Amino acid sequence: MLVPGTASQPEHGLGLQEKINQMQGSRLGSRRLPTIPSLGRILPGGALLAGAAYSVENSTTLAMALLAGPSGSGAWCSVIGIPDFNVEAAANLGIDLDRLILIPHLDGQWLAVTAAMVDVVSIILTIAPATITGSDAARLRARLRQRGAALITIGAWPQSEAVLSVSENTWGGLGTGSGHLQTRRLKVTAKGHNGRSRSSELSHAELRQSMWPQLSGSDNGKNDRHFIPRVVSA
Amino acid sequence: MSLQALTPPLKSATRIMMLWSPDWPITAALRELDLSAATPLALIDRGEVFACSPAARAEGVKRGLRVREAQARCTDLIVKHYDPDQDVRVFEPVIAVIEKIMPGVQLIRPGLCAIHAQGPSRYYGGEPKAASVLITTLASLGLTTARVGVADSPFAAEHAARATEVLEGAEKDPIWVVPPGESPQFLSTFPLDVLEEPKLAVLLRRLGIRTLGDFAALDACDIRNRFGVEGARAHRKASGLDHRSVVARKPPVELDVVVDFEPALVRIDQLAFAFRTAADRFVERLRATGLVCTALRVVMHSESGEVSDRLWRHPRWFDADDVLDRVRWQLQGGGLIEHGLQSGITRVHTIPATVEDLGDHADGLWGTGPEESIHHGLARVQSMLGHVAVLTAVVAGGRMLKDRRVFIPWGDSPTSHPTAAKSEQGIPWPGNVPGPAPATVFDEPLEVLVVDAAGRSVDVDARGMLTNAPALFTPPGTTTGQHAVQHWAGPWPINERWWDSSGRALNRFQLVDDTGAAWLLLLEDHRWWAEASYD
Repeated sequence: MLVPGTASQPEHGLGLQEKINQMQGSRLGSRRLPTIPSLGRILPGGALLAGAAYSVENSTTLAMALLAGPSGSGAWCSVIGIPDFNVEAAANLGIDLDRLILIPHLDGQWLAVTAAMVDVVSIILTIAPATITGSDAARLRARLRQRGAALITIGAWPQSEAVLSVSENTWGGLGTGSGHLQTRRLKVTAKGHNGRSRSSELSHAELRQSMWPQLSGSDNGKNDRHFIPRVVSA
Repeated sequence: MSLQALTPPLKSATRIMMLWSPDWPITAALRELDLSAATPLALIDRGEVFACSPAARAEGVKRGLRVREAQARCTDLIVKHYDPDQDVRVFEPVIAVIEKIMPGVQLIRPGLCAIHAQGPSRYYGGEPKAASVLITTLASLGLTTARVGVADSPFAAEHAARATEVLEGAEKDPIWVVPPGESPQFLSTFPLDVLEEPKLAVLLRRLGIRTLGDFAALDACDIRNRFGVEGARAHRKASGLDHRSVVARKPPVELDVVVDFEPALVRIDQLAFAFRTAADRFVERLRATGLVCTALRVVMHSESGEVSDRLWRHPRWFDADDVLDRVRWQLQGGGLIEHGLQSGITRVHTIPATVEDLGDHADGLWGTGPEESIHHGLARVQSMLGHVAVLTAVVAGGRMLKDRRVFIPWGDSPTSHPTAAKSEQGIPWPGNVPGPAPATVFDEPLEVLVVDAAGRSVDVDARGMLTNAPALFTPPGTTTGQHAVQHWAGPWPINERWWDSSGRALNRFQLVDDTGAAWLLLLEDHRWWAEASYD
C-alpha cells in the first residue's frame, strides 16, 4: 500500500539528506568573531562564526561591513581577487588598512592562494570562481574550520552559513541636477542555511565599526584593540 | 696619578709613517665623477664653498665663498654638494691596497692614515724605501699627489708629510723622514696654530710663546698645573711625544657573494637551482659574523651585457629562501617570459645593503608573536604569485578615485613610495567627491550610456553646461537593460594637470537609477564611463 507522493524512493532519500544537512549545525560550539551589532542581529548565531562561510549577493559595502568588525578589533583581513575593492571606503567603514592584505590578481590560482591565506589571516573576502567543485569547496571548508577563519564570498558559495543581500536601497541628498549623495538606508536580508531569513533596515552610518555602542566612549576604539587569539599549529 | 698616566718615560720606540693625500674631498669627487684633475670643481656645504680644485683656486675660488660669488669668479665652475660619505667610500679601496703591501693601517680620517713604520722599513730596507714603495703603489692607483712623512709620533709624522709641500726645486720630494729622536727639533719651528687649540694658542701668545719649540721647552708639570689635561696633551704633542698610538684596523669581512655561470643560464628554474648553494653561503657567512641582512642588492649581468640592479627590502631579515626568491622575482619582473630569458645570465652578485646585529633580530623563546606567522604565510603566497602580487594599501591624495589608493608590495616600506609618503589624511583635496566613498572603484573605467528622454546622448557644452537632462542609464556590461534615472547631480568639472599634455579635462556625475543603484560617472570626450559604483 503506497502512500501517494513517496513513489520515488531515491528522491525521498535526497530530500531527507538535505534536511539532515540543514538541521545539523556546521559547527560545534564555534567561536564568535566580533561583528557589527546591526549585522550580528540578523546573522544566525548572532555573530560571524569562526570557521564558517558567508556569501554576500549584491553589495560590496555589506561585505566590507562584515570585515569591519573583526578588523576593528585587531584581526588580520585579506581581500583576494577583487581588483575593484576601494580601500578608502574600507577605511571609512573602520577596516584597519595596516592589517589588510590585498591580492587583487590571482593568475588562476584561486584555490591555492585562498587556502594559503586561510592559514594566515582571520577573515577573507573573495569572489568565488564559478567553476569551483564541491570537493574543493568542502576541503576549503574543512581548512576554515580547522584554522578558525571565516570566509566571505561575493556571489554564491556552496554551503554558506548565511546568504546576505541588500534588497532595498534608499539614497538621500541627491536631487535632480543638484545636491550630492549623503545618506543611505538599506534593507539587509540574511537567509540562514536552515532556510530562515531575517532582515533589518539600517543606515549606512550603522555599518561603521566605530558605531559600536561599547566603543563609542573611547577615541574611535583604537586603544581598545585586542588581538583575537587564533589556534596556530606548527 | 693621572699625570703619571699621561707622561710615561721619555722613550718613544714607535716610528710612525703617515700618508697624506691633500685636498681629499676634491680628489674623491674627481675620481667619483670621472673628471680630469684640471677641471675647476667646487664642493658646496651649506651654501658655501667647502673645497675647490687647484684649477678653481687659480681662478680665485677659495673656501668660504658663497656659491654665486664662486661662480662669478670662475664661470665654468662645476658645483657639487659635499658628501662626507663619498670621501670615506673612495678612500676605502686605497686603504685596501695599502693593506696588501703593509699591515697595520689606521684610518685617521679620509685622506690621512697612519702605518707602523717598523715592519715595512725592515722589509723594504729602510724607511725612505718603504715610503717610496707606498708612493709608487698609490701612483699606480692614479693618486699622484700623495705625501708621506715618517717621525716618532703621529703628530710629527703628519706635519712632516704636510711639510713636503714647502720643498722646492732639487729638494722636491713627496717624502720627509725625520730621523729618530729629532722630532722635537723638527716641530720646534712650527707656529702654535698647528696644535688646533685656538684658546690655548691665544693664551700662549700673550705669554710670549710663539712656536712649538718655546712651548715644549716649558716644564711638563707646570703646564699640567696651569693648563690642565688639554694643555698637558698639547705639550706632549709639541714635544714630539704623542700619546696616541696606531691602532690598526681589522679589514672588514667580505660579505658579497658572486656566482659566475659558464655557459650562461637561460631558464629561471636552472638559475634558481644553481644559485641555491650560493644563497645558503651568503646567509651563512652573515650569520657567522653575527649579522642579518635587512636590505639586499641583487646585480645580474646577462650575456648581451645588460645589467639588472635592484634593491630589495625585507620586513624582518633575509634567509636563504628569501634571497633566492628575490633573485627569481628580479628576473620575472623584468617583463621576460616566465621561464625563458632574453639572453642568458652570466653572473649573479648579491650585496648586503643594510646589515643589522643578529641580537636585535633574534626570535623570542615563544616566537615573536602573531606578526611572524603572518609574515611567513605571506612570503609563501609571494613565492607563488610574485613580489608585487601581495599588497597592502594606503589612502593617498588624488582627484580620480583610482589615484587615491596606493598599493605597496608586502615587505616594502611605505616611505619608499613617494605618493604614499606624501599622503596626509584629513587635508582636503580639490575635486574630492563628497559623501560616503563608493565601495567599488573600477580599475579601468567601464563604458556606460546616458541618454535623455528622447534618446539623444547627454553631453556638456563648451561653457560647461549640460545639453539635456539625463533620463535613461545603461549600466556597464549590458547593452539593452536601460534603467530610468531617478536622481542625478553634475556636471562637476575636473581639470587635472592643465599645464601638462598628459592632463585631462572631464566632468563627473552622480546618478541613482530606479533599482536603487548609485553610480559615479565620468564624461570625457563625449563618452560616458562608470568610475565607481556605490554597491
